[in-house]
Formats: sequence, C-alpha cells, structure tokens
Amino acid sequence: MASSNERHIVGTSVPRKEGRDKVTGAARYVDDMTLPGMLYGATVRSKIARGKIKKISFDPGVLWDDFVVVTAKDIPGKNCIALILDDQPCLAAETINHPEEPILLLAHADRHKLRKAVEAVTIEYESLPPVHSLEESEKQSTIIWGTDNVFKKFLVEKGEVDSVWSQAAHIVEGEYFTGAQEQLYIENNGVIASFDPQHGVTVWGSLQCPYYVHKALLALCGLPENKVRVVQMETGGAFGGKEEYPSMIAGHAALLAMKSGRPVKIVYDRMEDMVATTKRHPSRTRHRTAVSKDGKILGGEIEFVIDGGAYATLSSVVLSRGTIHAGGPYYWPSVRIRTKAVATNTPPHGAFRGFGAPQSLFAMERHMDRIAEVVGISPIEIRRRNFLKPGQTTTTQQTIHEKIDLDSLLSRALELSDYHAKKKRFAVENKTGTRKKGMGIATFLHGAGFTGSGERYLNSLVGVEAGADGVVRVLVSSAEFGQGTNTVLCQIAAEALDLPYENVMIAQPDTTVVPNSGPTVASRTAMIVGKLVQSAAVGIKRTLSNAGLLGDSYTPEQFRTACREFIAAHGALKSEVRYDAPPGVYWDDEKYRGEAYAAFAWAVYVAEVSVDLASYSVTVDDFVALQEVGKVLHPVLAEGQITGGVAQAIGFALYEKVIWQDGRMVNNQMTNYIMPTSADLPPIRVFFEQNGNIHGAHGAKGIGELPMDGPAPAIVNAVEDAIGVRFNSIPLLPEDLFEALQRESLEAVTSSSNSTRGTR
Amino acid sequence: MNPSHEARATSTVSFAVNGELRNVRVHPMERLLDVLRNELGLTGAKEGCGEGECGSCSVLMDGLLVNSCLVPVAQADGSNVVTIEGIAARSLLHPLQQAFLESGGAQCGICTPGMILAAVHLLEKKPQPTPAEIREGLAGNLCRCTGYTQIFEAVAKAVQPRVAR
Repeated sequence: MASSNERHIVGTSVPRKEGRDKVTGAARYVDDMTLPGMLYGATVRSKIARGKIKKISFDPGVLWDDFVVVTAKDIPGKNCIALILDDQPCLAAETINHPEEPILLLAHADRHKLRKAVEAVTIEYESLPPVHSLEESEKQSTIIWGTDNVFKKFLVEKGEVDSVWSQAAHIVEGEYFTGAQEQLYIENNGVIASFDPQHGVTVWGSLQCPYYVHKALLALCGLPENKVRVVQMETGGAFGGKEEYPSMIAGHAALLAMKSGRPVKIVYDRMEDMVATTKRHPSRTRHRTAVSKDGKILGGEIEFVIDGGAYATLSSVVLSRGTIHAGGPYYWPSVRIRTKAVATNTPPHGAFRGFGAPQSLFAMERHMDRIAEVVGISPIEIRRRNFLKPGQTTTTQQTIHEKIDLDSLLSRALELSDYHAKKKRFAVENKTGTRKKGMGIATFLHGAGFTGSGERYLNSLVGVEAGADGVVRVLVSSAEFGQGTNTVLCQIAAEALDLPYENVMIAQPDTTVVPNSGPTVASRTAMIVGKLVQSAAVGIKRTLSNAGLLGDSYTPEQFRTACREFIAAHGALKSEVRYDAPPGVYWDDEKYRGEAYAAFAWAVYVAEVSVDLASYSVTVDDFVALQEVGKVLHPVLAEGQITGGVAQAIGFALYEKVIWQDGRMVNNQMTNYIMPTSADLPPIRVFFEQNGNIHGAHGAKGIGELPMDGPAPAIVNAVEDAIGVRFNSIPLLPEDLFEALQRESLEAVTSSSNSTRGTR
Repeated sequence: MNPSHEARATSTVSFAVNGELRNVRVHPMERLLDVLRNELGLTGAKEGCGEGECGSCSVLMDGLLVNSCLVPVAQADGSNVVTIEGIAARSLLHPLQQAFLESGGAQCGICTPGMILAAVHLLEKKPQPTPAEIREGLAGNLCRCTGYTQIFEAVAKAVQPRVAR
C-alpha cells in the first residue's frame, strides 16, 4: 500500500501521457481529421506591401459557382483579430499593410482546384510607399501606423543615471542586432471549422491558446459565447508560432464554414506558413554603460527597439519582456531603459519562445564581453563583479528574495565545461592551422509567468474532477504541443491525490469542457497552472474527507469507493481553483516598476566553437547548459526542453536567416531557410540546480523559454575568443565571417593596431 | 503542381502496405503520401514541407527510406511499403518505439513516425551504429523540439539489448 510519503511521482520520468499514440502514429493532428462534406479553404493574399485595393476580378475561365468566396463584406461581426488593440483585420477590405495580407477566401470540395483558383483572382492595387526597416520606421518620413509608427514605448528608470558618467573610469558603448527567426514547427498551421445555426461555430486546430481563438471568433462571427467552441488537436510544435496566428486561420475557416454551411479545412503548406505567419521580432539594442576602474557597472542607458511588422498584435508584450530582461542578471545601481516597438510593412512579428528576451539578452551578454575587454579583465571576472545578489534589486527595482548564487553557478559551469584548461590549450593550438577554437559564456535569467500584473488579469481557473471509477481528470485549457503539459500536470495531480500516475488523465482542451486556465505561453504552465492543479486536486481529497468517505491514508481502491459513494449521493465530484495573486507583489504599470515576475530561472551557458578560416564556417563543438529552474518535475522532459531550446538558439545564432525583399520573406522553404539537422549540433550537456520556489507547484519555475536566451551570445562570444573579431549581429553566417575577415586583412595592411575590430 | 481531378485519368496501383496487398484507383502522379493518408487512412506519415527536406513523411519502400511526398504512387506499384502503423507487433511496441517513449525522443510527435522509420532503416543497415553513425543516419529527418539529443539516446537504448547478448 502506498501512502502519501511513499508515492513519489513528481520528480520522476513517467511516460509521456500521449507518448504511445505519438510513437505509433495514432496521435490525431488536425490534418489527420476529415468531416463529411468537408471543403478545403485557401487564401488570396496581397502581392504588394502597402496600398489600396482598387478592384477584384475573377477569371471567367473558372467555374466560380462551384467555389465558396468570402470577402471582408461577408464578416458577420467585427473585421478584426481581437487580441490587444484589435487593429489587424481578418480580411483586408480596402487598405493593404503588408505583403501576403489576406484579402479573399475560397473553398472547394476538391483541394486540387484551389491553387489555380487562387491564381485566377486578380487584384488591382494603388500602391503607397512602404516602410521596410526599423530605421526607416523611426525616421517617420512615412507614417504607416498611428501618428508616429510606434506601437508601444516603455521607460524604466532606476537611480540617477545622469550623474554617473562623470564618475566613470570607462564609458562603454555598443550596438547589437538580431534578425527575424521562423518558429518552424514541423506541423504547419491548420484548422477545421464547422457551423450550424443551432450550435454555432466549432473549430478544431493546431494551437496553443484555445481561449484566445475563442475570444477572436466571438468578435469576428458576432456570436454569443455559447455558440463558439474551440478544440485543440494534437499540435505538432508551436514555440509561440501558434499563440496568436491560429485566431487568424480559425477566423478564415469559420467565415467559409458560415457562408457555405459545410465544414472547411485550411491547412497551410510550408511555403504559405513561412511567408505569411509570424516570426521573431528583429531587434536593435544600444548600450552606453558607465563602469568603474575595477569593472563595476555604475549605471547605463539601454535603448531597445523591435520591428513589430504591420499590426500591433503582441508586440507590446514582447517589448515588455525584452525591456525587463535587458539588464541581464546584473546589479545596476542606476539605469535608464528606453524601448519601443515600431511598425513596418511586413507581416506582423509575433510570439516566439523567449518573447523579446533572447534579443535584449543577446545585446547584454555581448556587451558584457565588450566591457570586460575595455576594463581589461576576463569575461568571467566582469560577470562575477556585477552579478545580482539576494537582497539587491533588478532594473525594475524588484528585490531578489530567491537564494540564488550566480557566482557558484558560474564556477560549476566553468568546471563542467573544462573552461580554463580548454582556454589554455586553445591559446597554444590557435597559433597554427586554419581551425581556430574559442570558448564563450553567457549568464542570464528568465522570468516565469506573465509579467507584472499579468497573472492577476488572466485570473486563471482550473478544475480537477473524479469519476465514479476513481479516475481523475485534469481540466485546463493549457495545451500540449510537445513540452509535456499533459504529463507534468497529471503528475502533480496524482501526487497531490496520492494516486498512481495511470489513474490521472487530462481532458483534451475544448472550450465547452475545460475552464480558461490562461494561454499556454510565458513559461507559466508548470509553475502557475501546476500550482492551481495541485490545489484543485487537494480540494477533491478534502471534499471526500469532509464527507467522511476518505481517511488520511488510503489505497486507490479506497479512493475509488469514496468517489463512487460521493457521486451516488451528490451527482458529481469536481474541484475548481482560481488564481490568487501572492500577497505583497507590487507592480506599477505606469512606471514599469516593481515585482516583474514571481520567480526567475537563472542560467550559465558555455559554448565551445571552432571557426574554420578555410570554409568560414562556425561549428559548435560542445555546449554546457547549467540552470537553476526550481524543482525539476520530470527530468527527461526538462532536459528535452533545454536541449531543444539550445538547438533552436544555435539556429538563431548561426543558421537561420530570413531574407526579406520588399517586406516579404523570399527564402520561405526548408531548402533555403536552414535549421540545424542532427549532423550540425554539438553534444548539448544539460545540468540543473534545484533551489525551489515558493510560488510554483512543488517549487517549480518556468523552463521552456530560458534555453532560447543564452546560446546565441555564448556562441558569438566564443567566436570572438577564437579569432578576435567582434560580431554584434546575428545570424552570423559564413558570408558575414568572410566579409569581416576580408575587411580585417585589408585593414591590417593600413593599420598596425592589434585590437579587436568591430563589425556588424 | 497537382493536376485537377476531373481531367485526371485514374489507374489501379497495387502494392503491399504493412504486409497487406492494397489496390487503389488513383491518378498515377498522386503522391504516395496522399494515397497513404487519404485513400488508405494511414495518417501516421505527415507532410512537413512537401519537398523532401524534413523527412516527416518518411516510409520504407522495398527496404529503402523514402520521402513519400516525392514519390508518385505509380512508382510504388508492386512494391512493399512499411509505414509507422506497421512497426509495432500489434500491442507490443517495437524496441525503437519503446525507447523513443522512455528517452523523450518524441515531444510534439510530428516528426516521430518518420524519425522512427529512419532509425529502423539505420539499424537494418547498421545493427550496432556508432554515435557518429546515428547522427549521420538521422540527418535527413528534421526535429524542431528535441535538439536530437534524446533521439540519439533512444536509438542507442534500442540497440542495447543486443549488446548485452
């Protein structure tokens, strides 16, 4: 008999709940589903970046009567994708603001006929001058959004930064850039929608946030809450790329279904998915830092700008996270952080793992190496002298209460990566040959959960119910898309109820079945939703115990009997728990000051690279990822989050370049947008420290986004260590290396300086 | 580009799928992937890119690993095709499937069917692959979730029992 002291489920690597279906091919993704009488939908998109629609004409060679055609005029509700500012239309009616903007929808029973039909719709435009870069947008010579092209601005101020410059021994400046990145989930965006007047609209889709889609469909379709149902199918990767976009594609399918009265499936092919959907925001960060003689940061100014694309979508929130993470895990006695998200005529950039933090942290971590060089100390020493310590405050003046010891975390990472011995060896070996080796580090943090008062606004609700058969069901809208939501939440409920893991299931996210536990984003699920699931599970136990049906310790059979008796008497056994903000958490949305996050995860990453001066390629040879993420609920899943995130971030640093032409991605194929294959990646060695966290279930913190933040700066720092050339822009491709080294050798002829040379 | 249905002549294509002979009346240029998914209801093979780059549509055809999105079904005529649905012995998982399950080799699961078939193919060629051979052998199948580490571990785990013998 297992008592509560014996059954340890949390912290063990139980089998993934839906794992068997995934390894046998039985798992059902949206494209695996077909409904009777189903049509296929396609989207006619803008060919220009900015302008007005003058005329739409249909080639008479096509039998248009066989097609369902939807334009903005067919929208029963409001023509917008309801999210934050509601500025993005579902279908462009008159104005075009980016290439590939949806204008018109088609549906037909034979999907083979759609491609030709899309081409047979001709749209005549009157073009307007577009804006295609962040710099151009800032100049404001062409206004494309609002009155100043700015979606959102933040200002964070701490201390008297204006007075520090005169005391500084060094003033270090730097400018850093990151490019767009495609999420590249292997399953493209897709949905099926059906409609009938009695039940309203139902959407089955590949998505992260069922209630975001629900909210968007209510506004678009003009239907009451009970006439919109959203069901999440098995989802083949998301990474943020299925946070806001599913509202768009679901809206399109719903409009076609409402007009035709038949179910409609829209599944993008890879080219459409890449060209039309969201990517990571490109960014530019400028640092100006006052540093003392011994390398202590006295204060600084940070300016962080992101390119939001044509509509506001989530840019304000991405900017917020980038802003709060911009100062890294360091103590700033004074700082001024000015940030903004600006508009350009490209498809809107959106959520992607890390959500602004990988961009501003790339800058911070490159800048730390720069400061070290100016001060004349090592990249390790500069970090040790500036690490945040418990009791100190962050840039938003949040006091660190966690018992984090970044100094020892760094020491352990250096040991694990054999950093010092390798540095010594490379210094000798690099004198000869064309393959130069280097070591780079990045130290960083990532806030878990929604920022500031965000969790309070979300007001998440979760449920746990037990059946007469003693089987427990977790009811949340939190979606599984590979990261392990199903498994981890079932572990937490099973442990709370002292039941075998097998006796706990999780409901498929369906807005008619599960309450709104918030979106599956922001590394919040294990920590925030997990804690609520734990409380709700305890509620079941308490109910049975209060009814006199269950003692302090019990077998699963006794639990089942208790459930059966309770349900026979009362009809159902369900426990719901709503988020309750921890006391003493203070956040000022106006001044952007206070407790930004209930908890931070902390990390030190070490990259070992080779730079081949013959092929101009950079290879990562070894990668150590050490992090403190609170309690690790499931070691295999946690490690998988880190290895996967590091791989994606290696892509961000060295491989993945979106090539833009007039605001449109032109390398929108897997053959020319290159993500890392199994042959490209180093051994990714993952290590955890587990300090715990009072706010999370069993002391868990967020983990999913953290590994996206550190690899890029660690790698570029290592490249500089290997060849002494400073790169401040990613992705860093062989052609960039070639160009910089060519310039380097040219300059060597005219200059005798031995110092590191800067380059974009 | 797909020719439109009405103008397309169909013909009968016969091939074995997971040990069972199947006859389908389709256009000979229809992609094997679509025939498996739409005509035969075998939805385990997935379309990730439609151009043979990602490998999530991988199946075995006469023992060779092919991207079924690039194979016109006429080419499969008379062949022996194995999909992910034919890998387990009824309810007993194949050692690779079991290892993927235990080692975290499957996250979102969309690349998993193709990845497991690539691993089956690898182990048929090289029953005791070195880590480098595993890395190379799976390089035609993209995974965006795992960083491949746990996939390598799964493959290594699946071959272990033979080492012990």
